[in-house]
Amino acid sequence: MIPASEAIQRPPDARLMIVDATGCISDQPRSTFVAFLRPGDLVVANDAAAIPASLSGVHLPTGRIIEVRLAGRHSVAPNDVHEFCAIVFGAGDFRTRTEDRAAPPHLSPGDQLLLGPLKANVNRLLGHPRLVSLCFQDPPDGVWAGIAHHGRPIQYSHVQAPLAMWDVWTPIAGPPVAFEPPSAGFALDWHALAEMRAKGVDFVTITHAAGISSTGDPELDVRLPFDEPYRIPRAAALAIRKAKARGGRIVAIGTTVVRALEHAARAGQVRAGEDIATQRIGADSQLRLVDAILSGTHEPGTSHYELLRAFLDDNELTRVTAELNARGYRTHEFGDSVLIVRRPRTLPGIRTSRYYLRA
Amino acid sequence: MASQLHSASVAQQEKVQSLFADDSFHGLRVAITGGTSGLGLALVREFLARGARVAFVARGRQRVGQVARQSDRAHGIIGDISVKDEMYPIALQIAGELGGVDVLVNNASDLGPTPLALLADTQCEDLERALATNLLGPFRLTKALLGALAASAREGRGGVVLNISSDAAVNPYARWGAYGASKAALHHMTRIWEKELENEGVRFLSLDPGDMDTPMHALAVPDSDPATLKSPNLAARELITAIGAVLHRQSEDGAE
Repeated sequence: MIPASEAIQRPPDARLMIVDATGCISDQPRSTFVAFLRPGDLVVANDAAAIPASLSGVHLPTGRIIEVRLAGRHSVAPNDVHEFCAIVFGAGDFRTRTEDRAAPPHLSPGDQLLLGPLKANVNRLLGHPRLVSLCFQDPPDGVWAGIAHHGRPIQYSHVQAPLAMWDVWTPIAGPPVAFEPPSAGFALDWHALAEMRAKGVDFVTITHAAGISSTGDPELDVRLPFDEPYRIPRAAALAIRKAKARGGRIVAIGTTVVRALEHAARAGQVRAGEDIATQRIGADSQLRLVDAILSGTHEPGTSHYELLRAFLDDNELTRVTAELNARGYRTHEFGDSVLIVRRPRTLPGIRTSRYYLRA
Repeated sequence: MASQLHSASVAQQEKVQSLFADDSFHGLRVAITGGTSGLGLALVREFLARGARVAFVARGRQRVGQVARQSDRAHGIIGDISVKDEMYPIALQIAGELGGVDVLVNNASDLGPTPLALLADTQCEDLERALATNLLGPFRLTKALLGALAASAREGRGGVVLNISSDAAVNPYARWGAYGASKAALHHMTRIWEKELENEGVRFLSLDPGDMDTPMHALAVPDSDPATLKSPNLAARELITAIGAVLHRQSEDGAE
């Protein structure tokens, strides 16, 4: 697919490929996606804002230039900004493809890193020479100020102009807990939310600390997505139960919403509160909650693509990918979108949505 | 018309105030711009006294540090809301340190030229600065925090934006051109926000706190008698009462 190389969240010509429950493919302007929704449906989006998680600096033991990309945290609590999981690159920046980036200097526990105004220590290595747990030495407000002023949004070489924070915050962005934007949410604007309400479609948000989408290192990429903390507000859990009870569809805006909701519903009914999504979703996953997903277009081999295999069988997904290519769809975070309705599974023993009628 | 606080009856105000006595704002996440002097400082202190967590923004590093040290629920943010490039760093710190936003008070204001000048004598740059601080700043910050405010409204926690207005927003006082025109625009914008976001549950208030004994007023009217002016503390309590009334209605709506 063609990479979308300009940082425009809602280009007027953005396209949407719809794959309905019968496998029928159609496409339409993405700005009209509300037309797909039915009264009683519930749209769930991830309201995490992306922090500027790329921090340039110096590895003090060697004096060498590094780029640290924060990639994971323990919780979404506002003062829990002491310890992060991070990927470390050597000198260079986003203009070089991550696959071609220089390795960092040899990293050891206790190494001090100077990242602009922030001081950090390497806590330990996480099974790979460029994946570390690091601790900031500043108090929480100092960490927030340091990241706010020194950090840059994580960026990849397919977008040439440096990204600003307003490029990566979705219109509904709230708590800054994600490391890259939950970019399926770029499709939403406040006009679309008003259209949903007018149509009798409910809208709620969850907060999921989306991690990084690519490291450039095959060994690390197979470990993606890392564990991601999330929070499901009580109002969202209630809206989900109500939508299921009335026979409405749960439409997830993006893969992170699927991951959070399916994790929260792993024991049956979706639970409100904070937790950490640790599971991988793929061809073998049985989705309990989500009926449809609005997502960017994804290349085979990525964890996002793997997740789509839970919605469609491989033959159909291959057909969809071929259609996306044939019709000139653009890919990556500023690209076009797909809306896929989950195919009902005919395997025996699958829990049906009738369960939620008891809620 | 900018809503006049004193138009509500005293009995009504006391009734609402009693609902929000002392610790009544426990856990409320409040953001205030211009939080180190005058009305903004009084608002920061009053919200803290009632149990809220407060992120406040001001330009002076030293003053921000002094005010932040007054409470472990106070988060001081150094920034200038009239500067476009500072808006997202400010919004990131507010939403990050509080974990969301229930109430936003756009209080920071610029008087325009001082001493006050006739419009015909006002430099374009002075008007631009007044518009940047009094109109564009509140617009940008509201937009950047709107996702957090709407999430707060959906959770029945809040979702209130208070824009500090002035009688100069509605009355054409000579020599108040830059300030008055910018505040008039802010007032009207507040009403449009309110109309457009009603269904999302986010409420917008434009309130005139009255003439107060503040450094800004002294700059505007150097020879005024402080005894004739309202104390910023009283004005802060009145504004918080008005916010409390809206929050109360929102929590009732959320509990339905």
